[in-house]
Amino acid sequence: MIVLPLSHILIFSLLLFAIGIYGALVRRNIIGILISIELMLNAANINLIAFSKYTSLSPETGQIFALFVIAIAATAAAVGLAIVLALYRIRKTVQANEVNLLKW
Amino acid sequence: MPILEIAVKFGTYAVMAGILIFALGVVTLRNLFHCALCLAAALIGTAVIYVVLQAEYLAAIQILLYAGAVVTLIIFAIMLTEHLAETTIRQNNSQSPLAITGLLGLVALLTVLILRTPWPVTQTALKAKVSVMGLGKALMGTYAFPFEVISIILIAALIGTVVIAKKDDPEERL
Amino acid sequence: MVTSDQILLVPLLPFLAFVTNILAGRWLKDRAAWLSIAASSLACVIALPVCWAVFQGAYFAHQGTWLMLDAVPLRFGYLMDPLSATLLFMVTVVGTLIQTYAAGYMHGDPRYSRFFAYVSLFMFAMITLVISDNYLLFFMSWEIMGLCSYLLIGFYFEKDSAANASLKAFLTTRIGDVGFLLGFLTLFAAIGTLNFSEMNGLLTEAHKTHAALNTGLLAVAALFIFCGTIGKSAQFPLHVWLPDAMEGPTPVSALIHAATMVAAGVFLVARSFTLFMAVPNILPVVTAIGTITAFMAAFIALTQNDIKRVLAYSTISQLGYMVTALGLSGLGAGTFHLITHAFFKALLFLGAGSVIHGAHVQDIREMGGLFRKMPHTAVTFIIASLALAGIPPLSGFWSKDEILLAAFGSGNFLVFGVLLLTAFMTAFYMFRLIFLTFFGTARNAGVHAHESPALMTVPLWCLAVGSILIGIPGSPLMHHWFQRFMAQTVHYPEYEPSALVMACSIVVAVLGITLAGVIYLEKKHWAVTVAKNFPSFYRLSFNKFYFDEFYSAYIVKPFNALSRILFGFDETVIDGTVNNTGRATMFLSGVKQWIDTYIVDGAVNFMGTLVYFLNSVTKRIQTGFIQNYLLIVFLSVLAFLAFELKLT
Repeated sequence: MIVLPLSHILIFSLLLFAIGIYGALVRRNIIGILISIELMLNAANINLIAFSKYTSLSPETGQIFALFVIAIAATAAAVGLAIVLALYRIRKTVQANEVNLLKW
Repeated sequence: MPILEIAVKFGTYAVMAGILIFALGVVTLRNLFHCALCLAAALIGTAVIYVVLQAEYLAAIQILLYAGAVVTLIIFAIMLTEHLAETTIRQNNSQSPLAITGLLGLVALLTVLILRTPWPVTQTALKAKVSVMGLGKALMGTYAFPFEVISIILIAALIGTVVIAKKDDPEERL
Repeated sequence: MVTSDQILLVPLLPFLAFVTNILAGRWLKDRAAWLSIAASSLACVIALPVCWAVFQGAYFAHQGTWLMLDAVPLRFGYLMDPLSATLLFMVTVVGTLIQTYAAGYMHGDPRYSRFFAYVSLFMFAMITLVISDNYLLFFMSWEIMGLCSYLLIGFYFEKDSAANASLKAFLTTRIGDVGFLLGFLTLFAAIGTLNFSEMNGLLTEAHKTHAALNTGLLAVAALFIFCGTIGKSAQFPLHVWLPDAMEGPTPVSALIHAATMVAAGVFLVARSFTLFMAVPNILPVVTAIGTITAFMAAFIALTQNDIKRVLAYSTISQLGYMVTALGLSGLGAGTFHLITHAFFKALLFLGAGSVIHGAHVQDIREMGGLFRKMPHTAVTFIIASLALAGIPPLSGFWSKDEILLAAFGSGNFLVFGVLLLTAFMTAFYMFRLIFLTFFGTARNAGVHAHESPALMTVPLWCLAVGSILIGIPGSPLMHHWFQRFMAQTVHYPEYEPSALVMACSIVVAVLGITLAGVIYLEKKHWAVTVAKNFPSFYRLSFNKFYFDEFYSAYIVKPFNALSRILFGFDETVIDGTVNNTGRATMFLSGVKQWIDTYIVDGAVNFMGTLVYFLNSVTKRIQTGFIQNYLLIVFLSVLAFLAFELKLT
């Protein structure tokens, strides 16, 4: 009993993804960037589920994939936040534009 | 029943809109804590979408992991790294015009692409139902290798996180 | 019979002496003289039998091929005919005697061995000249003699006057030599051979058969050949070198400038006599020049005060006599006088040298009364002067008489008159010299004269004996054997001996001697009166007719000016070209340096600057700001995507 056309879901996930990218590019706070990354991964998950539901021959594939993505996303968030903590300890800041020692 | 269908359709669209609004809140709110909460809301909304798409198991996992663990983690990090009193700084950097422009382009492009592509929507796929048992079999069967790899990754992440976030005192011999 | 190839040893021995003295002279020191004298006397000894054979009537000639010019052989060889035999005899005998004298005269000179080396080289050249059988070999020896003359006149080269005199001699004779070269080359063009015998044969054949000869070309050849004689035998106008050549040591003056080298010019005309006889108008030219020379030189000698200068002008005058004789077709007379003159003139010069060696002065005004102090020198000197003046029965009388006879007999009374007057002047100036030098009172008390050593007086006496006796073969006492002997090669007109001519010459000679004795022994004021009353004549005589001044102003100065102009040209144009090439190169190198500094280095620097500039522009990409990188990635992906999708 599926009522929505695939394209609508895809457009929705696209918009979510775009918002995620916007956040990743624009947020000053590093944690804000990490949050935006979670959004992007989420959008990708929605895409995967949608495709697995509408077009796939083996429906488990999409969901297993999405599972793994969730696991990876969690991992990434964990490691990223650890790095942020270490950075905060040293530089006393979590503003992205203040950690630019590798510039010319 | 058409009314049910209409209701479901309407509800789904509403949830989608809500998610988008919460997502916008994530990227624009000044207070980082509010951002995290908006993120949690968005993730829960996503779980609802999963249910609509008949991926119930995944919706549960989503709420469990994402909205539970990840958001908690994020809030921990926020707590540890910031004074919540600092809410007056601008949250956007100087890239926003360029980023907005690029994103509008991307959205336009991909929308056109999505609308034009003849997606091979099959009835078998639509009618297929995925059970947890089926997922478990797939996980242990076809996808056993990625499963093992995931566990390694998780261990690596665990150890790495501990190492990175450890306090740097003069080393006590372990 | 006697072979004649040993003739080749005669020039070779002096040449070996020359080489030895040049190379080992420093080691030989005094012995160098003995080496030269030994070589010379040995050559004399070898030559005499051959000469004697020729005197008996033999005739020798031998030729060897030197090199092949395109299948035409170039032959050199020797020719012993009467002419060459006579001269060879004279050259070897007189040369040996003079070298003996020189061993004593040059004693103590630091360059003793070099002197004898040069003298030996000269003997080699003279002998080769005498026995050569073609013009080319003759010319080569002629040139070597010129070189020896230069070396020996300038022997005391530290004196400016000697160095200048040697150069003057060389250059003046050179002018004559150029004429000689042109002459015999023209001769070669005319008759195709340079060999004397062949030339004689060709010309006498043509005369007998009245064949056509290219007389114009031959006349030109003869005239140019005579130029060589004018130069070498100090005829007018190239006589100016001989008086200055007295700067050399006295034995040199005796050997080269009295007896042998200057006689070579006369010998040349004698050798070419058939040529001169075959062409119509050259012999009068020869006679004219000879007569002018004889008179002019005697005139100058009247007033000279240096003992050697008087003798030099006397030599020029006597050479004029010989050339006149040849011009009058008197081959026998000219050659006869050549031989007799060699003996008594050599004796006169050696005597003068002895006087100079003993009294250490050369100006006769400072001498006087040397008879008692230097008896041998004085007696031999007087004997030679009597021979020169022409007092019978000494040799000079017979030879001079022959010349006067040729002039009188051929009808040239003008020439006869001039020669007679010259004979008078000759007797006068010679005895003026004798009376001023040997008689009277000593005018300079500081002159302490002494007789020369035996090494010097013995040759004097030998030459004195020669001066007396050498005239006999040409005199009536031997029935003019010499003249007939000479006529074997070339037929020339002979004249009957005339008592009138003999009487004239004796009278003239005695007059001259008497007048000289009267003036210079008793009434010296007569000379002064004559000089005062005829000032222009006196000045002409004393200043040698201003020849040197004339040449200096009209010949030497223009040449020097020309050489200065050419030097200026050389400096400005040629050196200027070189210098300007150098400057142009420097300028080019400056330009290149500019190019190198600004353009080449500029290009290199520009590259560096360009890189730096690009760098400063592109390095801004690395902001260290992660979100910038992220944006760039995103936009790139977007661009790729758009690109790909647009293409599809």
